[in-house]
Amino acid sequence: MLPKSHKRARSPRPQQAILFAALGDDTRLALMAKLVSGKPASIAQLGVGSSLTRQAITKHLRVLERAGLVHSVRSGRERQFAFDPRPLHAMQHYLVRVSQQWDQALVRLKSFVET
Amino acid sequence: MENKIEKTIKLNAPVARVWRALTDYREFGEWFRVALEGPFVPGQPARGHITWPGYEHVVWQAIVQKMEPERRFSFTWHPYAVDPSVNYSSEPPTLVEFRLEPIPTGTRLTLTESGFENVPAHRRAEAFRMNDGGWTQQMKNIETHVAQKP
Repeated sequence: MLPKSHKRARSPRPQQAILFAALGDDTRLALMAKLVSGKPASIAQLGVGSSLTRQAITKHLRVLERAGLVHSVRSGRERQFAFDPRPLHAMQHYLVRVSQQWDQALVRLKSFVET
Repeated sequence: MENKIEKTIKLNAPVARVWRALTDYREFGEWFRVALEGPFVPGQPARGHITWPGYEHVVWQAIVQKMEPERRFSFTWHPYAVDPSVNYSSEPPTLVEFRLEPIPTGTRLTLTESGFENVPAHRRAEAFRMNDGGWTQQMKNIETHVAQKP
């Protein structure tokens, strides 16, 4: 039930998980949906077809950036925002690991109570 | 995204037997692989050293939540809190709950673990990094062990 021991590297990122909080908002999910589908986009491009102000989009993008879901790159005079799936993959792997360990523990419990 | 684990298993043993395996600290320790220092008491911490070879230095700790005889047993803990140099107590725990139901063949046991939305991002990232090699090997060890001692 245990992973291999490892050296711990302190991350400079905030300690508290903000991934779910970042995803728990319809506006941010809508922004994510635009970015997930492809190319990096500017704030202006993200605002097309929505009633959100530039400030509101900036604010939401900042939340997504803090969660590591979005990264910005400067392109000329404008910043472009790109989707980064790695935090989602990390979460998925984490849950798979926890889940596998429970599978093994329950197998041991089963043989324990049935013999 | 799913942020809860749920598993159901049918056990060919009466509810009373399963309840004892879950809540008697010595029996729990047998299959969970931890040498607990004392009985489970709601609201109280339960702790003990892992009995898995190579990990005996690691202390397992949980806080017992509910003990409803033959129905429900739950505790909070920090999943994969296995690095002795790290103090996990400031991090939000997850909730583990076992629910028991009698069925004609014995017991239906449902396990849920919830609260992963609170697990710090850096912990998940570690799990991601550790997923290569080390974890794969560990799973093989477990499978071998279970096969040898069914």
